[in-house]
Amino acid sequence: MQYIDNILFAVLLIFGIGFFVRNIKKLKRNIFLGKDLDRSDKKSERWANMTLIALGQSKMVRRPVAGILHIVVYLGFIIINIEVVEIIIDGLFGTHRAFSFMGGLYSFLIGSFEILAGLVLVSVIVFWIRRMILRIPRFWNKEMKGFPKNDALYILYFEMVLMSLFLIMNATDVPFQETNAGNPISQFVAILFHGIGHDTLHLIEMIAWWIHIIGIFIFLNYLYYSKHLHILLAFPNTFYANLNPKGQFPNDKNVTKEVQMMMDPNVDSFAAAPEGAEDEVPEKFGASDVVDLNWVQLMNAYTCTECGRCTSVCPANITGKELSPRAIMMKTRDRVEEVGKNIDQNKGEFKDDGKQLLNDYITPEELWACTSCNACVEECPVNIDPLSIIMDMRRYLVMEQSAAPQELNMMMTNIENNGAPWQYSQMDRLNWKDE
Amino acid sequence: MNVPTMAEMMAQGKQPEVLFWVGSAGSFDDRAKKITRAFVKILHKANVDFAVLGTEESSTGDAAKRAGNEFLFQMQAMTNIEVMNAYEIKKIVTCDPHSFNTLKNEYPELGGVYEVYHHTQFIKQLIDEGRLTLNQSMSGERITFHDPCYLGRANDEYESPRDLIRKLGVNLVEMKRNKNNALCCGAGGAQMFKDAEKGDKEIFVERTEEAIKTNPDIIATGCPYCNTMMTDGIKSTNKEDSVQVLDIAELIANAEGL
Repeated sequence: MQYIDNILFAVLLIFGIGFFVRNIKKLKRNIFLGKDLDRSDKKSERWANMTLIALGQSKMVRRPVAGILHIVVYLGFIIINIEVVEIIIDGLFGTHRAFSFMGGLYSFLIGSFEILAGLVLVSVIVFWIRRMILRIPRFWNKEMKGFPKNDALYILYFEMVLMSLFLIMNATDVPFQETNAGNPISQFVAILFHGIGHDTLHLIEMIAWWIHIIGIFIFLNYLYYSKHLHILLAFPNTFYANLNPKGQFPNDKNVTKEVQMMMDPNVDSFAAAPEGAEDEVPEKFGASDVVDLNWVQLMNAYTCTECGRCTSVCPANITGKELSPRAIMMKTRDRVEEVGKNIDQNKGEFKDDGKQLLNDYITPEELWACTSCNACVEECPVNIDPLSIIMDMRRYLVMEQSAAPQELNMMMTNIENNGAPWQYSQMDRLNWKDE
Repeated sequence: MNVPTMAEMMAQGKQPEVLFWVGSAGSFDDRAKKITRAFVKILHKANVDFAVLGTEESSTGDAAKRAGNEFLFQMQAMTNIEVMNAYEIKKIVTCDPHSFNTLKNEYPELGGVYEVYHHTQFIKQLIDEGRLTLNQSMSGERITFHDPCYLGRANDEYESPRDLIRKLGVNLVEMKRNKNNALCCGAGGAQMFKDAEKGDKEIFVERTEEAIKTNPDIIATGCPYCNTMMTDGIKSTNKEDSVQVLDIAELIANAEGL
């Protein structure tokens, strides 16, 4: 019976990681429901971007308070995870503080973890205050009701509990406290447990230890369902982000082919389609559902952590319009999740559910409110591009449905007829020089 | 005004140094035409050998593309490219950041590869090369510069317009949201040609109010559409008597008495 703890731990570990791997596979499958897009060029620039923006958090500090606190939590998260390695070894082999043979170095490491845990705890509490007491507006937009709001709070509570448990388990570890090394924070936490017998303390330590590691497994598996997925996806997302000037919108290659045919005097546009081409399904212009978007756009949606910086700088949103770039990303993720579930339920094939991203999630009113100013793209700390989704969906509205607002139809008719968005004759284009 | 066209140039067997892309706003909008003329005066002063396409110019297709009509955009682009390539155009300057962006970034893939400059970049270059000298004849006016999205965030050009303003002997004051944080005027993405969606404020009012907080004599812009929006904003906040909206080309032309 003496190995029961270790077996129990091994089972937990296998399930925790196994379930996580399963979800990652599903995540990958869903992202690649999107269309191909080649972003394999300029590798060195991409590595540099990822290092600077994801690893270095360079865009976070554009807002210094949130940015610096975030860096604390992020560093804490990465560095304290070294401790998880020890916890797993202890759990599997029944050792106690397997790394303590390192002596002074061990004390230094654990001491650093404790300080970080303390800082993370403080930061997370400040985050909670910013959300719930100061009620910073970007956390209270209308898309932040229900799960998105609670999701953010669950994450904060998770982190508070995990950090507290880490400190408690150190504080109640009597031999560890007796060495009085590597316990800069937990020695103060230990005061709370003053006067409790050693056996009880050991019991508290064991309970804290177990809840802590179980909490980590739960948190790991919560990621897929949560905005917290950004801790993983921020890296590929910044790596595969657009490197062209932000004003450069992609030219649709299929359109280019058609326009070239039209403009080529040698092409007989009334000729019958070439052999075999009759059956080809004509390419759909623009996007009305998530499968019309490319995989980077879908990865963007899963990467979004709903911080709302984009929405807080969006000129349309600031002036009370329906459009919120964050909501564009959230709705895209909700829809791709729905499509993914549909595929899972129908033996790997998508069964038409009568819904699509357009109208059922994102309305034309939102799409037409965008000024294409790129403020959202510039602001995103992990280089998400909501604008590209908006533009692809406008393309569908106009090219597949001719559903532009009336004034825009007039503008386009003018361009078509007289080469200017207004109704002036092209022959008058130089009149300004004599006025 | 003496404004040669490419057709005339070609007839004389000449190739100008640069094509001035006037753009639809610069050709037809009454306010923007003043910017066009101011820029031509500067080109004349610096003895720049330029030409325009005149009646052979057509919309770049920027507004059509951003409204979602990729087909119309590419039709426009390829027609323009055909014309420009026939004239063997190498270098283009324009006062419109939207044309600038489209010509510079979206035409190359369709066969139109040119060196493209926004007029603030071009004027700055003329000064740097000693072809144009400014005599700093303004007298300490407070000027705030509104960054056009398609010059700023879209193409990372924030300094050329500011360098020019600083050369004019004025007091450049920044709005709270400036450079890559600048707020859009509300005209981009084809919004210029339609009413705004339902909301509680016009974007141009929000931006103009921010500009007015800097207590400026002049709001400078580098875009004909921004100019229209900010001018509307000045009207709706009843500041027409105390605040002017001017393009940087106009600032320079006025200061130099052109």
